[in-house]
Amino acid sequence: MARVLVGVKRVIDYAVKIRVKPDKSGVVTEGVKHSMNPFDEIAVEEAVRMKEKKLAAEIIAVSCGPAQSQETLRTALAMGVDKAIHVEVTGKDLETLQPIHISKILAKLAQDEKADLVIVGKQAIDDDCNQTAQMTAALLDWPQGTFASKIEQSDGSLTIVREIDGGLETVKVKTPAVISADLRLNEPRYATLPNIMKAKKKPLKKVTPKDLGVEIKSHYDVVSVEDPPVRQAGSVLPDVDSLVAKLKEGGFV
Amino acid sequence: MSLAIRNLILRKSSGCLLPSRKMSLTALPSTHEMLRKTCRDFAEGELKPIAAKLDREHLFPKEQIDKMGKLGLMAIDVPEELGGSGLDYLAYAVAMEEISRGCASAGVIMSVNNSLYLGPVNKFGNKKQKEQFVTPFTDGSRVGCFALSEPGNGSDAGAASTTSKDGGDHWLLNGTKSWITNGYESEATVVFATTDKAKKHKGISAFLVPKPIEGLALGKKEDKLGIRASSTCNLVFEDCKIPKENILGEPGMGFKIAMMTLDAGRIGIASQALGIAQASLDCAVDYASKRIAFGAPITKLQSIQNKLAEMAMRLEAARLLTWRAAALKDEGKNYTKAAAMGKLAASEAATYVSHQCIQILGGMGYVSDMPAERHYRDARITEIYEGTSEIQRLVIAGNLLKEYGV
Repeated sequence: MARVLVGVKRVIDYAVKIRVKPDKSGVVTEGVKHSMNPFDEIAVEEAVRMKEKKLAAEIIAVSCGPAQSQETLRTALAMGVDKAIHVEVTGKDLETLQPIHISKILAKLAQDEKADLVIVGKQAIDDDCNQTAQMTAALLDWPQGTFASKIEQSDGSLTIVREIDGGLETVKVKTPAVISADLRLNEPRYATLPNIMKAKKKPLKKVTPKDLGVEIKSHYDVVSVEDPPVRQAGSVLPDVDSLVAKLKEGGFV
Repeated sequence: MSLAIRNLILRKSSGCLLPSRKMSLTALPSTHEMLRKTCRDFAEGELKPIAAKLDREHLFPKEQIDKMGKLGLMAIDVPEELGGSGLDYLAYAVAMEEISRGCASAGVIMSVNNSLYLGPVNKFGNKKQKEQFVTPFTDGSRVGCFALSEPGNGSDAGAASTTSKDGGDHWLLNGTKSWITNGYESEATVVFATTDKAKKHKGISAFLVPKPIEGLALGKKEDKLGIRASSTCNLVFEDCKIPKENILGEPGMGFKIAMMTLDAGRIGIASQALGIAQASLDCAVDYASKRIAFGAPITKLQSIQNKLAEMAMRLEAARLLTWRAAALKDEGKNYTKAAAMGKLAASEAATYVSHQCIQILGGMGYVSDMPAERHYRDARITEIYEGTSEIQRLVIAGNLLKEYGV
């Protein structure tokens, strides 16, 4: 039975109205509601379902971030994950934290914990990078199935249906492998009260990137963060000819 | 070893963040935050979309109550060994508010089951009674109810005239109970009846009655102003025979059981009122931010801002009183006055906030297209049941004067 490692990220809640900081260095996070990245919720749900189908033996959730990341891990534990690892990143390191570091951390933990499967959300809703799964697979030299909307297990291999621009692509990979969860993979469960209570007794280990041999070194710098331009009014055109003329005018044809 | 050092060691020895034992004035413990999220997501996803329909058609939300049971919400403070969630009253208050914010009827069904039914049976029942009357009622598949009020007495609970005659191997119940929430769907009830009218309130005992049972008939379903998805009816006992062992606690203890149960129930109803108030505030702010009048959203107008500020303040104040009552109960301290204050403040806040919500919405508040009118109707009962506002004031005054020793 597989040992599954699930990566979860603490992000600003999807329903919050984002405000850019006046100094354009980023967005306001102080006092703002945070929750588990929705795609990571789907990843956790998939892992828990595997365990219920007896395809997975143990599920370990990992989160990299400040102390509050432990709340995200507690939610994962309440959904059915067996144990959690908090990779504590604070201060300057937290500002520099990028997908490449997460990938290195997940790769190291996957080896340490003898994982057969690493599942993460396809992207985080704050940076929309969509890089972690791919880089983790490359670092481990494992096959990857990204944008998964369906996963079927058979001996030593996985059949994954991927949602791509052109439609659906089915790939078969040998385990161990890395998967990134897409929206339609499943619908995450509510953390029931009994499970929230059980989660209190589940183990949560704290480590640092240094313990895992990962240095948080910046590979790129964020120059500025700005609001998108205010949407301009459109214009109603009388016929197709004027539309074509306008498009030519704007240099689009 | 000093207390400070002992607490420090306890905090460090657990491998994770240990939530503080004392309730914080600014944040809920992480477990409670998780519970709040689950309840809010459930309320938004499963209750809010159907609340108007349930109200219009007076439909008991069986499917949703079942799901709430599976989430562990129908027996929040019942120990895990009996099938409950084993959490505290603060968790119950938080859960009640979030559920009621989605649908006030679902809230009262949950509250009656938790506080008024499971409360007394769990506290005063023996092992056999708990097996029969607690465990099957913890997962949402069955609900219970609480029968104290009668046509002749509501606030005057000590004047109960439903009788229970000792028949050797059974009790014979005769009388009528009125205004019983969950009257129709419940499969058991805690009934208060007197074995000796001469002893006045000291002659009242509590009994466990399974439903349906011969000798118990249900009155018509009341056509209520609000919380219409929950059933309210009379329970008519006519020579209803129940086993001798179905007496709850000691004979003559009934009044005390009722009063203690209502203390806890008040926290539940206060939380229901908070949920209704919060839903009204949400509705008012949302509408006001979009409604343009005099060239700008009406949130820019002082009249509206004054209302919103008052609404938010009364709601927040009531919430703090309610949570304090829950925390006092959880710490095993006397919480009667606090619970009465919470219920009084929250119910009056609910009627105030829902009233102002309609005012802010103007004409739109008066029609069923917006939930404002339903919140207004739902809020009204919170000032009446589980102790009218007038009774709450008497309870507060009584305890206050005792504290002053005068």
